[in-house]
Amino acid sequence: MIEIERVSKAYDGNRVVDDLSLTVPEGAFCVLLGPSGCGKSTTLRMINRLVAFDAGMIRVGGEDVRQVPPEALRRRIGYAIQSIGLFPHWRVEDNIATVPRLLNWPRARVRDRVTELLELLRLDPATYRAKYPHQLSGGEQQRVGVARALAADPELLLMDEPFGAVDPVTRAALQGEIIRIQQATKKTIVFVTHDIEEALLLATDIAILERGRLAQWGTPLDLLEHPASGFVAEFVGGEASGLKLLSLRTVAERLHPEEKAEGEPLFSDTSLRDALVAMAARHTDRLPVVDRTGRPLGAITLADLVR
Amino acid sequence: MLADMTAIRSNGVSKLHNHVLPALIGTGVAAVLSTGFVTVAPNRLLSGRPIGLFAAADRTLGVAIAIIAALLLLSALAPPSRALQRAAAFLAGGLFLLVLATSGEAAAALVGGAPSLARVSLGAGFWILLGMAALALTDALQRAGAGAGERFAVIAALGLATAAMAHAGLFDALSLAREYKTRHDVFTAALLRHIILIAAAVGPAVAIGFPLGVAAVRHPRVQEPLFAVLNLLQTIPSIALFGLLIVPLAALANAVPAAAALGIGGIGPAPAIIALILYALLPIVRNSVAGIAGVDPAVIDAARGMGMTRRQLFWRVELPLALPLLIAGLRIVTVQAVGLAVVAALIGAGGLGSFVFEGLGQYAADLVLLGALPAILLALAADFLLQMLSALASRQ
Repeated sequence: MIEIERVSKAYDGNRVVDDLSLTVPEGAFCVLLGPSGCGKSTTLRMINRLVAFDAGMIRVGGEDVRQVPPEALRRRIGYAIQSIGLFPHWRVEDNIATVPRLLNWPRARVRDRVTELLELLRLDPATYRAKYPHQLSGGEQQRVGVARALAADPELLLMDEPFGAVDPVTRAALQGEIIRIQQATKKTIVFVTHDIEEALLLATDIAILERGRLAQWGTPLDLLEHPASGFVAEFVGGEASGLKLLSLRTVAERLHPEEKAEGEPLFSDTSLRDALVAMAARHTDRLPVVDRTGRPLGAITLADLVR
Repeated sequence: MLADMTAIRSNGVSKLHNHVLPALIGTGVAAVLSTGFVTVAPNRLLSGRPIGLFAAADRTLGVAIAIIAALLLLSALAPPSRALQRAAAFLAGGLFLLVLATSGEAAAALVGGAPSLARVSLGAGFWILLGMAALALTDALQRAGAGAGERFAVIAALGLATAAMAHAGLFDALSLAREYKTRHDVFTAALLRHIILIAAAVGPAVAIGFPLGVAAVRHPRVQEPLFAVLNLLQTIPSIALFGLLIVPLAALANAVPAAAALGIGGIGPAPAIIALILYALLPIVRNSVAGIAGVDPAVIDAARGMGMTRRQLFWRVELPLALPLLIAGLRIVTVQAVGLAVVAALIGAGGLGSFVFEGLGQYAADLVLLGALPAILLALAADFLLQMLSALASRQ
């Protein structure tokens, strides 16, 4: 759990983070979202004290971060950034082993952990261990960056636009990986992005920041359905936010039980957005719904999608 | 041979694959035809009369040189391959040694076995031929894609072969060797003194310059005044700097007897070493700053975010990444110091420069050469070794 209490930070009298309070629950995937200059990166970097805050208090796991030596704190917290920052003179193996070695883990344990992480990130250990960063593609480099951040099994993972510099296909793959890893490891993640689509895809909780202040804190659905201000409504997409809302809700929430319809059925966990796509593609306003085992559940109509 | 070349060009059958070799060989041919391979003087103080390669040397040696040159020229016409370039390198290396051996043979033939005042010196033709052979070798090694190890082996082999020829007395008749013979007892000491001067200057220059460079990166404000001072030092002519140091160091030796006991004085090695250190500081500091400041900020951010301490960041990340540039700086100052240390003989620092100035005073060109030639070889060797070290450091 991370508790941020009334934290402020100013550069040359200019407040980049202004009286910010936020509590990220254990195991949450918290996305800090906002336009550039809103203070989201600064907030992230204050958690592991790469940036010193002027006022307020931050606690990680109940412990005041200023009571811990900064290096010890950072070794407990995973850190991945957009520019990756792999050490170019170290092999993949050494890069991933950075924090375990700083913590003086025994050699064999480090080696096993590197193997485990390469497998977790779907990089073949035999192929990748001994490569140098310049021999990897951008996507592979960021996989190594994420593996490095996870190496010492940190209680918390800080990620600053980690997928901002890779191509869309690689990006989608990496987003899939991080969801899978978060579900498997139950780690608390704080993730900075300016991309609303990425935030809606990954987050359990979203904090929207506006000029250093918290504009809204809630689940992705909250943000779309009940934007707290014009700024939030505008940022989550204005008129187009309706379409995003469709992608967060599933057919199961809107179907008519017992009713029947013709055609290839939809699964009940299909998003309403995909249901709309399917109806448009098949020139129909009504489709049957089944569960994952194929058992019929009912039908859904075009009118249900926008109800 | 020139006629051969034009004939090959005009018949248009063969295509020229290497333009460097014909240019080198053309220059060599022109040098052989127009200048003396060696010069002969009645005694060591008079300037000599040039004698061409074929007039001076044994006929077979001259012909052998011509044949190797012709073979090298032919290799420029063949389609390039690794094996061909290796063969060309082998030929060029052979040519290099053959030119050296021919100079010794020519000298022996010209002065005969009898003790005589006559002197045989190396002529322009010899130097040009030797230079062309060395360039042809470098070119062939480069085209063959030779690695650092291979280059080292080739240069070591040439050095050993030359040393063996010298040891066998092949060059004894040359004026240069006779100058060496009369001074061989002081030569080794002078060479050693030269190396010590360089080490005594470069070591402290790194010890002072590297921390200064690191400090300049950490505190950007000091960079401007620091570089202003270092640049100013670099603009002082070396002879003037040696001279300027005489007065304060003499005063120091007078005032502090312990300093004088350590050998510090207005003349001698102390002012020379101090001047060499001052000249070495700018390249060392500049490359240290460039090396440390050139480390990707993302790498530093990641290192700090992982929990490295300042010290760990420096030793594990910044220093290894800056190392290739640091070695490049070391290379510059070492080569520079070899040359500057020659001038330092003027203020009594000793070293190879003492032969140069003695030779200048006596108007004896071969004595100048006895000091200059080892200095050049020393500079080349230092440059080569540090270049290899730099390649090793940046391999990762």
